[in-house]
Amino acid sequence: MSELTILDPFQVLHVPLGDWVEASLQYLVDNFRGVFRAVRWPIDQVLNGIEGLLQSVPPTIGILLGSLLGWQVAGRRMGIFCAFTLILLGLVGVWSESMTTLSLVLTAVFFCGLFGVPLGILCARHDRLEKAVRPVLDAMQTLPAFVYLVPVVMLFGIGNVPGVLVTIVFALPPLVRLTNLGIRQVPADKIEAARAFGCTPGQMLRRVQLPLATPTIMAGFNQTLMLSLSMVVIASMISVGGLGQMVLRGIGRLDMGLATVGGLGLVLLAIFLDRLTQAMGERSAVAGDHRRWFQKGPLGLFLGLFGIGKIKPQAEQQS
Amino acid sequence: MELGDEILSVEHIYKVFGTRPGEAMEMLEAGKNKDDVFQETGQVVGVFDASFSVKKGEIFVIMGLSGSGKSTMVRLFNRLIEPTSGKIFLNGNEITGLTDKELLSVRRRDMSMVFQSFALMPHLTVLDNAAFGLAVSDVGEQERNRRAREALEQVGLKGHEYSFPHQLSGGMQQRVGLARALTNDPSILLMDEAFSALDPLIRTEMQDELIRLQAEQQRTIIFISHDLDEAIRIGHRIAIMEGGRVVQVGTPQEILNNPASEYVEAFFKGVDSSKVLRAGDVARFDAEVVVGEPQPGVAPPAPYAFVTDDDHRFVGLIDSTVNGEGASPRTLAPDQLRTITFDTPLHEVLDIAASVPYPLPVLTQEGVLHGTLSKDAILKSLSHH
Repeated sequence: MSELTILDPFQVLHVPLGDWVEASLQYLVDNFRGVFRAVRWPIDQVLNGIEGLLQSVPPTIGILLGSLLGWQVAGRRMGIFCAFTLILLGLVGVWSESMTTLSLVLTAVFFCGLFGVPLGILCARHDRLEKAVRPVLDAMQTLPAFVYLVPVVMLFGIGNVPGVLVTIVFALPPLVRLTNLGIRQVPADKIEAARAFGCTPGQMLRRVQLPLATPTIMAGFNQTLMLSLSMVVIASMISVGGLGQMVLRGIGRLDMGLATVGGLGLVLLAIFLDRLTQAMGERSAVAGDHRRWFQKGPLGLFLGLFGIGKIKPQAEQQS
Repeated sequence: MELGDEILSVEHIYKVFGTRPGEAMEMLEAGKNKDDVFQETGQVVGVFDASFSVKKGEIFVIMGLSGSGKSTMVRLFNRLIEPTSGKIFLNGNEITGLTDKELLSVRRRDMSMVFQSFALMPHLTVLDNAAFGLAVSDVGEQERNRRAREALEQVGLKGHEYSFPHQLSGGMQQRVGLARALTNDPSILLMDEAFSALDPLIRTEMQDELIRLQAEQQRTIIFISHDLDEAIRIGHRIAIMEGGRVVQVGTPQEILNNPASEYVEAFFKGVDSSKVLRAGDVARFDAEVVVGEPQPGVAPPAPYAFVTDDDHRFVGLIDSTVNGEGASPRTLAPDQLRTITFDTPLHEVLDIAASVPYPLPVLTQEGVLHGTLSKDAILKSLSHH
């Protein structure tokens, strides 16, 4: 039975990959648990900070601030739209859960930005690094989340922080990819012109490459945000709170009402965040509009009341 | 400023593109040409043993068809492309040996570039684009905006400071490109086919603008062009490139009169020589010249004789073709005549020559008789080319 045959050699030839993984995981758990616990700390801090802030703001104030942000970023219509979605969130009774989910997502996006953008920039500069990183990103995106939920629990425990970690793993790739793409797509003639005028590599990055890649990088942030939101439901299996938890409980108890309310909350939150980040990515270069971002919207109105901010361009034109 | 001091000189510059330039250089030294090198090694020779120098305050045009290496050449000056071998000197300092830091300062202060594709920054206003070079050199905001405004005014873009490049027409965008280069106040302006992307009318307008700016500021301009008419129109001197080699350097008149090779001659065949040649180039001393006051009663030896004073200044013309019995030759003073200066383009002389019976006196700026220009001489000079 266990003889080597050409037709089916795999009865004998066998790579015990599963055993290896288990063994090495066990080794990591036994010896490096402290290291992994230490990784929790920064995430914990950021998450607690954001969640504390979001939960402490009363819903009315939160809605007001949210819509003002929308107005500032993308004009009056966006402000009204933001108010509408946020009020709906409150009306279906998921305000608190939404804020928990929002803080999870924002923490994940924060860390994705912290690592993803620099990694994307490095990839754009070094072809070899890009070649090495690409398969890792592919794995991060395609590996089913359930596969790494278990080792994450073994190494980091359960709760919101490991939840953020798995979310980062899942949501990071598009940001790295799109940052890399955005910087590579900066037209060669602009790069050449910048070099001809004596840009150092750092100046090139700050003055030419990043500004020209901003729309693409913002699209990356948008994708990261959307993936984070979808991951939050799966992460609720390792006891992550918020809207995902509602959906999971609803499914577990066959409580369609609960699941639907949680799902609707997620959709509303997604629409809110998606519109907001898309608007950030679009450059508003309206003809004849010389105002800077802080001279428009509610902030411009507010500053205008005190006579700040509007004077500068006019004075410049006269000189 | 006088012409004559060399500001930039190039000595035996080679540029080989590819991964094995050493091999290609050996072949070139053995006397192989560009095509052989490409056939055998796959290395592309961009510039092949170029040596010439550019004088302070001149418009030096590097002319050649596409693939002749002219765009590579201009990028060797500010080392956007590193030469494979050879030396380039700016004001006597070797550019080819500079460290990265020194090179940055050359790019920021001594040479600015204008690009065929404009290459403006779409996220910056016209003012910020013009100030880009200074911003990179960490010049304070007020100072750089002031200088950028000055440069924009020079190129006729006052009032567009807060527009974005995409809101401007092509011609205006290239004016921004020109302003960006002028803001740095460089000693050399490198212009890589700067006007080739513009339509003909705007191109002529920009050429005039460049000639005017150069006349005002005496800036050294190195202009790359594939358009011979453009080269002749704006260039004080022209370098003709063919297949990576510089085949001839000289004023348009010199090249037209003495083409160095058949290639150059063929190149200049389509050129309207009346636009290249100036009156002084074809004027001859074939008419009679009388020095001092003409003596009465002595018949001039030719139908028309030119009179100059002791300093060779032109004072008049004796006309012996007056009809009628016993009529004596009459003398015409310069204000009764059509005269031309020696730097008048030949095509402007044609009309004048046709309207008068006598050969045209060609004068220098100081009024000295440089020569005369008869209808015969004009026709001969045009048919010769």
